[in-house]
Amino acid sequence: MIQLDHIVKTFDTGADKVHAVSDVTLHIKSGEIFGIIGFSGAGKSTLVRCINLLERPTSGTVTVDGKVLTDLSAKELREARKKIGMIFQHFNLMRSRTVGENVAYPLKGSGLTKQQIKAKVRELLELVDIAEKENAYPSQLSGGQKQRVAIARALANDPKVLLCDEATSALDPQTTGAILQLLKHLNEKLGITIVIITHEMAVVKEICDRVAVMEHGNVVEEGDVFSIFAAPKAGITRDFIRTTSNLQKIEKLIEDKSPLVALKPGEKILRLNYIKKNTSEALISETSRKFNINLNIIFADLEIVQDAPIGGTVAIASGKKEDIEAAVEYLKEKNVGVEVLENG
Amino acid sequence: MADLLNTIIPNVMSKPDELWECFGQTIYMVIVSGAISMVFGLFFGIILTATSPKGVLKNKVIFNILDKLVNIFRSIPFVILLTALIPLTRMVVGTAIGTKGAILPLIFGTVPFFTRQIESALAEVDYGLIEAAESMGDSPWQIIFRVYLKESVPGIVRAMQITFISLVGLTAMAGAVGGGGLGDFAIRYGHSRGQTDVTYVTVIIILIMVSLIQSTGSYIIKKTTH
Repeated sequence: MIQLDHIVKTFDTGADKVHAVSDVTLHIKSGEIFGIIGFSGAGKSTLVRCINLLERPTSGTVTVDGKVLTDLSAKELREARKKIGMIFQHFNLMRSRTVGENVAYPLKGSGLTKQQIKAKVRELLELVDIAEKENAYPSQLSGGQKQRVAIARALANDPKVLLCDEATSALDPQTTGAILQLLKHLNEKLGITIVIITHEMAVVKEICDRVAVMEHGNVVEEGDVFSIFAAPKAGITRDFIRTTSNLQKIEKLIEDKSPLVALKPGEKILRLNYIKKNTSEALISETSRKFNINLNIIFADLEIVQDAPIGGTVAIASGKKEDIEAAVEYLKEKNVGVEVLENG
Repeated sequence: MADLLNTIIPNVMSKPDELWECFGQTIYMVIVSGAISMVFGLFFGIILTATSPKGVLKNKVIFNILDKLVNIFRSIPFVILLTALIPLTRMVVGTAIGTKGAILPLIFGTVPFFTRQIESALAEVDYGLIEAAESMGDSPWQIIFRVYLKESVPGIVRAMQITFISLVGLTAMAGAVGGGGLGDFAIRYGHSRGQTDVTYVTVIIILIMVSLIQSTGSYIIKKTTH
């Protein structure tokens, strides 16, 4: 659906040049929810603006739905943009227009009659579940409601792609969840391809199918969300995942010599990471029984990502030395990532 | 009542027709030069905004020329502008004196001021809205009319308010070229002949005019701000 080829975007700031995006190639499939994550200044906002050419790439080609946007004339590009919806962090609704008028905004010149526009606006507002606010002004709405209106407006011309630029970053966690569910629902119902720019790994975990991690204008890692979470390769990806997981806390506990992790001789602290979609097997109790060792779970952090559990547990293993070693080997065979954090 | 007025403002009561005529001249100058200035000021303000380095129709040449012209005309004191423009006024209006002769200088004095006011009103429009409109496939001209102008109606009204008030002030100087008006009336009688009551009455009339402009503008701003 979206093909970015060798996108480079350089900003000329007089004295020196800033490489916001340097040579990014991405392919986003039809109907998927694709996340682009990175810290501020990583170039992700610039990259998403290259998709609808709000920022024209310095070099490279952008193809959306079979059309090479970078080759279009200004007029053709404006037509193409009508099929690419976009929502923003600060909603960007027109304050002088009511909710209904905001949603009707992109329908002007679409050839629809006034009656048809009215019906379409109604239908869109119902789709995003905010029909009762049709005659309100944006200043009377909460952040979440504003974003719903912005989504309705972005969908007015039945786009095939929806670009979300930090669309939940100005919202509280609960509202963020509701908006993400709405996006997921629209993706399933309308089959629309969604590109989400965010700096929150929780957003990616919640609804994305695939994700690209950006750093310094480059995509450093790309893949389906489960594998990225299970086995992050780039350092920055690990940093992001750490922000959503508690498993790293164990290191702090060990460092602080917490009584929680005080070991008797022969005991080991193990961190087990579930990196393949097989956690449903009763691995802990099975291992414990099979090798006659005790696995005392200190804590666990499991999440459901793409319908499969991901995360891991930290446990103290006690028993005979060779039994523990055999158990570790067994777990590794079962595709569990095992790290020995501390020996008693 | 008439007796009372004759006692407190004798010099005004002795020439009501002249006061009335001067009031008419002021109104005439404010409305005619004001209306024309609004059109040009709005036009130049839009052009400045659109052609600015961050505008939707970036154009360095047009922007720089217009920007400099506005600065030049804004820095000329109005009394000097009145006399400096005499040849041009004579060419355009046919006469450089009288109320008609004051219109062109008033326009030249007002347009640059109003242009800057419009420019800053339009600059208040959040850049995010421009970006949103672009992402919806709007052309630059659609963005100018449907976003910039529509979204800054309160700001534009505020600019008009300030401009009309300053225009009332400028018309007081029109007497320099025989333009008449309330300012001229006050100088001729109140100042030159020491008829203080004339000065006070003109001040009160101008005060009422300014208040009317102020309250009308504020009413529209209130109605259009959401």
